[in-house]
Amino acid sequence: MLPAQRPEIVRDPVAAGALGVVEAPLSLGERIANIGAVRKLALLVALALLWEGYARWLNNPLLVPTFSSTLEAFARGIAGGELVGKAATSLRVLLIGYALGIACAAVLTIVAILSRVGTDILELMTAMFNPLPAIALLPLALIWFGLGYGSIVFVIVHSVLWAVALNTHAGFRAVSPTLRMVGRNYGLAGVRYVTAILIPAAFPSILTGLKIGWAFAWRTLIAAELVFGVSSGAGGLGWFIYENKNQLDIPNVFAGLFTVIVIGLVVENAIFRWIEARTVRRWGMQV
Amino acid sequence: MAGVSPPQQGGPRQSTKREERRDDEACGVAPLLAVHGVTLQYKTPDRLVTATYRVDFDVQRGERFVILGPSGCGKSTLLKAIGGYLAPVEGEIRLKGTRIGKPGPDRMMVFQEFDQLLPWRTVKENVMFPLLASGRLAGTAADARALDCIRKVNLHDFADSFPHVLSGGMKQRVAIARALAMEPDILLMDEPFAALDALTRRKMQDELLALWQETNFTVVFVTHSIAEAIKVGSRILLLTPHPGQVRAELNSLGTDADSHEFAALERRIHALLFDTPDTPIGAGVEA
Repeated sequence: MLPAQRPEIVRDPVAAGALGVVEAPLSLGERIANIGAVRKLALLVALALLWEGYARWLNNPLLVPTFSSTLEAFARGIAGGELVGKAATSLRVLLIGYALGIACAAVLTIVAILSRVGTDILELMTAMFNPLPAIALLPLALIWFGLGYGSIVFVIVHSVLWAVALNTHAGFRAVSPTLRMVGRNYGLAGVRYVTAILIPAAFPSILTGLKIGWAFAWRTLIAAELVFGVSSGAGGLGWFIYENKNQLDIPNVFAGLFTVIVIGLVVENAIFRWIEARTVRRWGMQV
Repeated sequence: MAGVSPPQQGGPRQSTKREERRDDEACGVAPLLAVHGVTLQYKTPDRLVTATYRVDFDVQRGERFVILGPSGCGKSTLLKAIGGYLAPVEGEIRLKGTRIGKPGPDRMMVFQEFDQLLPWRTVKENVMFPLLASGRLAGTAADARALDCIRKVNLHDFADSFPHVLSGGMKQRVAIARALAMEPDILLMDEPFAALDALTRRKMQDELLALWQETNFTVVFVTHSIAEAIKVGSRILLLTPHPGQVRAELNSLGTDADSHEFAALERRIHALLFDTPDTPIGAGVEA
């Protein structure tokens, strides 16, 4: 049994102007808090204050120099050109190794995606060599390439290659079947298929691989320079740290580490962030 | 073929089909797409599945050919085979007399998934890309064709937007524009509106019919909705499930959704698909 029929209702909506706030700009404070750089800068300042406070309380510049004395040593090193020169030497070797590592990774993954035996080779090689610390290869590299840039570049390539290849390959395999079918529907095949469909579709993973590779390259470089000191005349940052430790100039040791950190921050927040903003964020693949 | 056992009632139905084909040939109309005795199988990790068994049908130029059937009747697999992604284990598929071997831009696909647009390209670039990739058009000609097709699907305000800012219906419209821009021999649509809400879906069906009125393309449209099949199709192929076999091929003469004929056809299709196979098949096909 249906309940008694009720009357129908028809209403006219209130005009938008009479409603009060429909849309309003955020307050200044909210807008500032929405800027990532501001938030991170605030964190950096907090960390620096913490460091300064702890070092002052410890009062032992041989163990932990204060932030201000590190900054002073850093400024001195920059002004005197010593730190700049060392950083440039390190960066040059680093970039050569990084570029070579990425090139090798690109070749390996493209072969892997186009053939099954290539996939097997990549998976096997990554499983074998990825866990192998680059420093463990250094003695061998010294025998093969001699005392010089060659050996350092070799160990950097080793540390970059597997990280980048692993991430890129994982990214390729995660490309949605629909996008793959779309690419093949257009008649794309081989290298064109990889460059036009797979690489952009897997770009978030590739970018992660590049970041990890960059970090691994730095670690390997500094460690190699520490272990094996000066190579062919001009030493890099690792050598700078090692030298100053021997002279017990701890603020300078911290200044060397500080340089590595600053370069890392700049590369991450300027270069990689820039690439991200123009690619994966713009495409809505990453928030 | 090994592994395929002929079903009991397969024989008589096949012969009905062949008589029909002879009639077609007598009329002298060469079909645009000819599907002859196509058996499709695919492998899951632990079993071999027969998706369709000896399916025959012809599609004439300018037809809106709908493949209708419950889930598991292999209709999507059949469409993928026409797309060239899957080779039949038995029988053959010919487009304009040429056997289909691999995917190609003469058969543009519109998929159900919203992720079929390349996220790294704007709407206009997405529509242009197959034109450029296949070398069909270049430069300003591709640009003009793309904009023309985008206008046809009423998205000219979004030509420079990236896909991630569009709604599901808009993405599907871009996919349709992209397919139409290529002026393919045949348009293959795999449940293109299935993931849309009911209101958008109705609107998209109307728009598709309007587009067809305007450009008179040939389309093979897969759906599991009887109402959609009657509304969109000019000819409807009914498939039975597990494995898919032709149950009937019916005409749908653009009947109004509230009309008596629409309801009658809907009931008839329902009976053909879901009732016991006692219904005389020949009577159904002749109507």
